[in-house]
Amino acid sequence: MILLFEQLLNGLQYGVTLFLLAAGLTLIFGIMGVINLAHGALYMVGAFAASWVAIQTGSFWGGLLTGLVASGIAGIVVELGVMRRLYARDHLDQVLATFALILIFNQTTVLIFGRQPLFTSTPEVLSGSIEILPGLPYPTYRLFVIAVGLAVAIGLYFLINKTRVGMLVRAGASNRQMVRALGVNIQGLYTAVFGLGALLAGLAGVMASPIVSVQVGMGDEIILATFVVVVIGGVGSVKGAFVAAIALGMFDTMLRAFLPATLQQVMPGPEAQALGVGISSMGIYLMMALVLLVRPRGLFAGRG
Amino acid sequence: MKRENLLLLVVFILLALVPFAAELTGQSSWIKLVGQALIYGMAAASLNFILGYGGMVSFGHAAFFGIGGYVVGMLYHHFDAGTLFLGFIPGTDQMLITLPAAIVAAGLAAALVGALSLRTGGVQFIMITLAFAQMFFFLFISLKTYGGEDGIMVRRTNSLPGLNMKDKATLYWVVLGFAAAYYLFLRRLVQSSFGQIIAGIRQNERRMAAMGISTYRYKLYAFILSGMGAGLAGALMVNFLRFASPDMMHWSRSGELMVMVILGGVGTLAGPFIGAGALFTLETMLARVTEHWMLPVGILLLLVVLTSKGGLMALARKIMGGTK
Amino acid sequence: MKRLLTTASLLVAMAVPAYADGTKIGVITTLSGPAGYLGEQIRDGLMLGLDASGAPYELVVEDDGRDPNTGVQVADRMLNEEGIKVMTGIVFSNVSGAVVPEALDAGAIYVSPNAAPSPLAGEKCNPNYFVVSWQNDSLHEASGAAAKKLGYKTAVALAPNYQAGKDAIAGFSREFGGEVTEIYTGVEQSDFASEMAQIRDKAPEVVFQFHPGGQGIAFLKQYQQAGHLGTIPMVLSEPSYDAVILKAVGPAAIGVTGTTHWNSDFDNESSKALVAAWAAAHPDVPLTTYAQQAYDTGLLIGSALNKAGGDGDMAALQAAMKAADFASSRGSFAFGANQHPVQDWYLTAIEADEAGNPKIVTKEKIREAVGDVYAANCKM
Repeated sequence: MILLFEQLLNGLQYGVTLFLLAAGLTLIFGIMGVINLAHGALYMVGAFAASWVAIQTGSFWGGLLTGLVASGIAGIVVELGVMRRLYARDHLDQVLATFALILIFNQTTVLIFGRQPLFTSTPEVLSGSIEILPGLPYPTYRLFVIAVGLAVAIGLYFLINKTRVGMLVRAGASNRQMVRALGVNIQGLYTAVFGLGALLAGLAGVMASPIVSVQVGMGDEIILATFVVVVIGGVGSVKGAFVAAIALGMFDTMLRAFLPATLQQVMPGPEAQALGVGISSMGIYLMMALVLLVRPRGLFAGRG
Repeated sequence: MKRENLLLLVVFILLALVPFAAELTGQSSWIKLVGQALIYGMAAASLNFILGYGGMVSFGHAAFFGIGGYVVGMLYHHFDAGTLFLGFIPGTDQMLITLPAAIVAAGLAAALVGALSLRTGGVQFIMITLAFAQMFFFLFISLKTYGGEDGIMVRRTNSLPGLNMKDKATLYWVVLGFAAAYYLFLRRLVQSSFGQIIAGIRQNERRMAAMGISTYRYKLYAFILSGMGAGLAGALMVNFLRFASPDMMHWSRSGELMVMVILGGVGTLAGPFIGAGALFTLETMLARVTEHWMLPVGILLLLVVLTSKGGLMALARKIMGGTK
Repeated sequence: MKRLLTTASLLVAMAVPAYADGTKIGVITTLSGPAGYLGEQIRDGLMLGLDASGAPYELVVEDDGRDPNTGVQVADRMLNEEGIKVMTGIVFSNVSGAVVPEALDAGAIYVSPNAAPSPLAGEKCNPNYFVVSWQNDSLHEASGAAAKKLGYKTAVALAPNYQAGKDAIAGFSREFGGEVTEIYTGVEQSDFASEMAQIRDKAPEVVFQFHPGGQGIAFLKQYQQAGHLGTIPMVLSEPSYDAVILKAVGPAAIGVTGTTHWNSDFDNESSKALVAAWAAAHPDVPLTTYAQQAYDTGLLIGSALNKAGGDGDMAALQAAMKAADFASSRGSFAFGANQHPVQDWYLTAIEADEAGNPKIVTKEKIREAVGDVYAANCKM
């Protein structure tokens, strides 16, 4: 029972990390109609900038701030320099351009930081663990990640539902032409949304850096799962991204944790292990395929 | 039309002379380079048929490429070990058997993926094809008998009666022959009434449906045909490189095929071949010069997208001074 | 610096027999992507080894991007166009599976500084194929032997769900002999929270895990964050705790036991020369076992080139390689029947240095002069 609860927390933590990435991606996708493969590169920028500053100054919080600023700026530069020219183009040109951006970001990072992964650690106050249930110590830092993710989700909810900018964003996500017709400074809105998306991706990278390895290409591994979240949730829907991210995080963690053991009841050990892990790796894709077969536009799709 | 055929013939003859030119200049690695580019060109062209002509953006095309390759690898593995596949199919190293088997296997996989994926469209279609490709990738990685992640070594290229396939130039000419035949096949296909319907569906699916055409079924046929083409290319690649591995169906390979199509020119017959050749040559040449070859490749790709619509084919037409 | 070293080696070479030119050596290795640092270590270690041997050489280095296709393409050009007859450098088994047969078919010699997959160690062994590092399985047999020697009876063994991962757990279990719970992780997984919970649930006496590179960094950090470090002992094989990994995880690795075929505190002339040369050439980069393997590879190739007088007579060169007449930085070294190493394995502890950073300290020899299980199937 304790194991189950712990695994649910793990799923939640993976889910909110995915949400931080997916929230920005789904807005960019929904409002500007751009497929941004390079979203993962901004996650990498956040992680590298934060880790580097943390190594130099010894302060995790200084690193956090730098990571956010660096990814936000990188996002705005990419929007002004490249994305702006792609809005009117078809998805294919966007795929090619953002694929090129991945190559550029990765190799530039190698040139600046070298090929070795950077050292990172949890900040002093958040290291160690808290006994949340008798007999279940849970890492404080992971609880912090969950808290930050949920706080961002609430913040985004207010931003989108209660402010003027949020109204434009909602309008843009459901009907792009209308917002343009209203005479809104659409370029400014686009840059702001892209910058916000980049900032959130950077935040995800900073949050992940004490847990995973800060290395070149780290963004390429997580970007596929993020796209899966966006598509399952419905393109343009932040609410959908949240629901899908949490569901996917839970589903993925549960499969990994319990499928091999369950299979072991019916078949020999090593084969069950290998098969169980194989199926868990396919899990999120299986889930997406099933969702799309029932709801071809995702769970919370706008009218588009 | 006449002029186009003449141009094709010239290109074909030039390509056929590559082994001699490589021999004369001592740059014999060009045989392998051009051969690989031709095979990638075939895979990209098969993708282009559904992507460019049919408007179906598949992000999982490398799965069929890999399946075609694995059929050759697995048949060779059983031939070499003298065992039976699934307990009743003997292995073989005869190209006349392995290639058709690869095409059929890739076609069956495409039928399965297509039947399910074509119920969606747009971005969802891109993602669901990717999802299926990932499932195949993880499946092949866990096949211990066939080397798992390390793949299968194919020590000898498949045999074709009457030809010495150990000879590099012979193998190259066989590949060139297949590539040329595939090009001509695609040209006929695009011009056929079937091809016209597929293009019609891309332009306006509702209108075609209103004309009483079952668009789903036609799209599925196109998807299967395209998967079979990729399977053929994959089978040739394994013969050419004598190696089959899950890398062949990694999602980045699907992305690479898309890049080749877009770089060369979407919806053109020669575009994918030009795109494959350009990307391949560019990567190889730059890798020789610098360890950081990804940076200039990225910058060049970005410049091509930003400055020209329609890839290299459009750029070439622009430079030629708008003859078309 | 590179040019300077090459010049220096040429000057040395002039004092020894007279050659026409430096022998070209083809190096195909992984320099891009997350694993790029492995290729960098191998390239730099190789250069130091060749320099130390005094043989005149010219390196032709190219990135394979961890892609077998690229590897074959590069190999083809090196073999047929540049006339290269000695090749080395490959990091990953999947690339060597494609490239090695290509090199052997062309009559070249391939010397592996790292990957040594089992197919090439057994029935498909070849007189022109040498491995200086280790056979993949023996890495993990050493860890199994270590865990057994330390008196543990139950273990949880974790590795990625690919061939090398399965081999790792099989190798560990073979020598360990106790009760092993196997847990396979995802091929590209970087969050092991779920596995940490399972380890707590199983409460074994020891944990063995095989996760090279970035995955290893993530695993060690999360092991500490989950509170397992210091509670449940961990035994690692050398790819899971190389010096670069340790630098990236810092204190999270202190207290872990490792097994290795070489460590930077080895007390022999060759090893000391390597440590000094590395510190002079790359002061900011940690020296790993990858670089050491490449250093020994460089010494071997250099010794053979010296003896055979270049690559003009391939039979003589092959015989000179087979003699393995060089002072290995690991002390004792010999080739087995399949031309893979027969060597000693050591138990190491990861302890804190003055600054609190992890450092690897050699403790004792746990296996002496062992080869691999595949050598018996090799008939040359």
